[in-house]
Amino acid sequence: MSGPVLTTRALIKQYGRLRAVDGIDLDVRAGDVYGFLGANGSGKTTTVRMLLGLVLPTSGEIELLGERMPRGGRRVLPRVGALIEGPAHYGHLSGRENLSLLDASGRGGARRTRTQRVAEALEQVGLGGVGRRPVKNYSLGMRQRLGLAGALLRRPELLVLDEPTNGLDPQGITEIRELLLDLNRGGTTVFLSSHLLAEVEQLCTRVGVLDRGRLVLQDRLATLTAPTGSTVVHSPEPERVRAVLDGRVLAIDGHRVVVRGDDPVAINARLVSAGVPVAGLALERPTPEEVVLAAAGTGPDRGSIR
Amino acid sequence: MIGVELRKMFQRPRTWATIAVLNALPILVAVLLVLTDLAPRPGEGPPFLSAVLRNGTLYPLAALAIVLPLFLPIAVAVVAGDAVAGEAQAGTLRYLLARPAGRTRLLVAKLVAVMAFVLVTVLIVAGVGYVLGTALFDAEPIAGTSVSGTSLTPAEIGGRTMLAIGYVAVSMLGVAAFALFFSTFTDSPLGATMGALAVLVASSLLFTLDAASPIAPYLPTRYWLAFVDLFRDPILWRDIVRGLALQGVYVGVLLAAAWANFTTKDVTS
Repeated sequence: MSGPVLTTRALIKQYGRLRAVDGIDLDVRAGDVYGFLGANGSGKTTTVRMLLGLVLPTSGEIELLGERMPRGGRRVLPRVGALIEGPAHYGHLSGRENLSLLDASGRGGARRTRTQRVAEALEQVGLGGVGRRPVKNYSLGMRQRLGLAGALLRRPELLVLDEPTNGLDPQGITEIRELLLDLNRGGTTVFLSSHLLAEVEQLCTRVGVLDRGRLVLQDRLATLTAPTGSTVVHSPEPERVRAVLDGRVLAIDGHRVVVRGDDPVAINARLVSAGVPVAGLALERPTPEEVVLAAAGTGPDRGSIR
Repeated sequence: MIGVELRKMFQRPRTWATIAVLNALPILVAVLLVLTDLAPRPGEGPPFLSAVLRNGTLYPLAALAIVLPLFLPIAVAVVAGDAVAGEAQAGTLRYLLARPAGRTRLLVAKLVAVMAFVLVTVLIVAGVGYVLGTALFDAEPIAGTSVSGTSLTPAEIGGRTMLAIGYVAVSMLGVAAFALFFSTFTDSPLGATMGALAVLVASSLLFTLDAASPIAPYLPTRYWLAFVDLFRDPILWRDIVRGLALQGVYVGVLLAAAWANFTTKDVTS
């Protein structure tokens, strides 16, 4: 469950004087739900397009399911499902017809099983009862679901999804999240590109953070948000906390006191025995937001566009 | 893949609307001719139109000659210009290529679909022309049906009409090659169509200019009307052969360039 599924080495894409992707080394392993985070304009989409052979790298290597891209695309892309920068369909045709045409336009989808696979994919994304109406009458959320159905048609080993919950209502987001987690439990590796930290936080086991074309962070989410070794004490009388634990207090911010030491029970006992009121205690963990902001330097959506 | 592209082409309401509009003008002309009985004098107006009152079986040719200068190239340029750029604009190109459809395969399938459109369109115009011609005009072959003044038998007219249809289809393939070529460069189908039409307008304009006579034999529209020569007695092959060769060169070069561009470009639509 941990072999490499998607790796890049020193991947670079240069557009004229602009280096959109600047030497990134992605490492996505089988069974991951990999969150690929970055502000708008940080190079996420260009990277995703290079992974799928749509944009040709200036230099560097891409290996997808054991094959070099873009050369091996013909063999390997049928095993990958993708949603790239929003869904796109033929508006005058029905969802079913759209999926059928999409399936027929590439190798690897047997004609015999097509009708059934289309029906299953529609069922999976909650579009089973949508009938024959043309896609131009679909809502944004329905189109997004249809796009996802297109990615699932071939029962792929790897899903590459760019902003998959875009345009969905909260209920739809929950449904799609459940679907993705379900597929992941069934062995599908998911590569999820997003600028929404909350989405990545709820779904992903590993994250990579892209900032101005560079991969500034890549690790397991659990490692990144591991306890820092300090304890956060909430107390209405922070100065008395400092008096009791003198020397161990690292910072005071309102009623929030950061104390060195990773044993909240012992700290609590000291404070209570000294008569200091304690409203709450917890191990300090960096939030994913703090981790990402620290790595990216600038805030998401404010990354300077070169 | 070719089947998929043909399905897309002929499932699309726009394809049939284009063909219907294309047939409107020959139908209108035929009705006006019947009602007024005023045929243009020989040598004036679109080729063959002066003869159709006497022989309705020539109307397919008159219909082709009516739509050839403008309507037919526009229709072909619209469809061929849409081939790749239309998918790019709709965003479906990235999904086709990620499927993967294969860039060469996709381009070949698009080309075949456009060729099928050209052929179907030309055949329908000729077919509608035949129905109109035989229903509205005298179908008796009388003296002077050939452009040279001699008579042609119905079998000869039939055979030569088929050759003319083939020749017009090849001419339109040249238009399609220009539009398809531009279509691989832009994400705007309108831009690709306009590019192809600009080439044709420029070609037609240069053709009328004496100063441009050194390059006249190489203009893509130069031999379009050479199919009239099929109805001389005997057939005057010279311009027809030149026309076919010229279109062959244009189609070959443009498709090679379209392929070279499309298989190496970054798809960012």
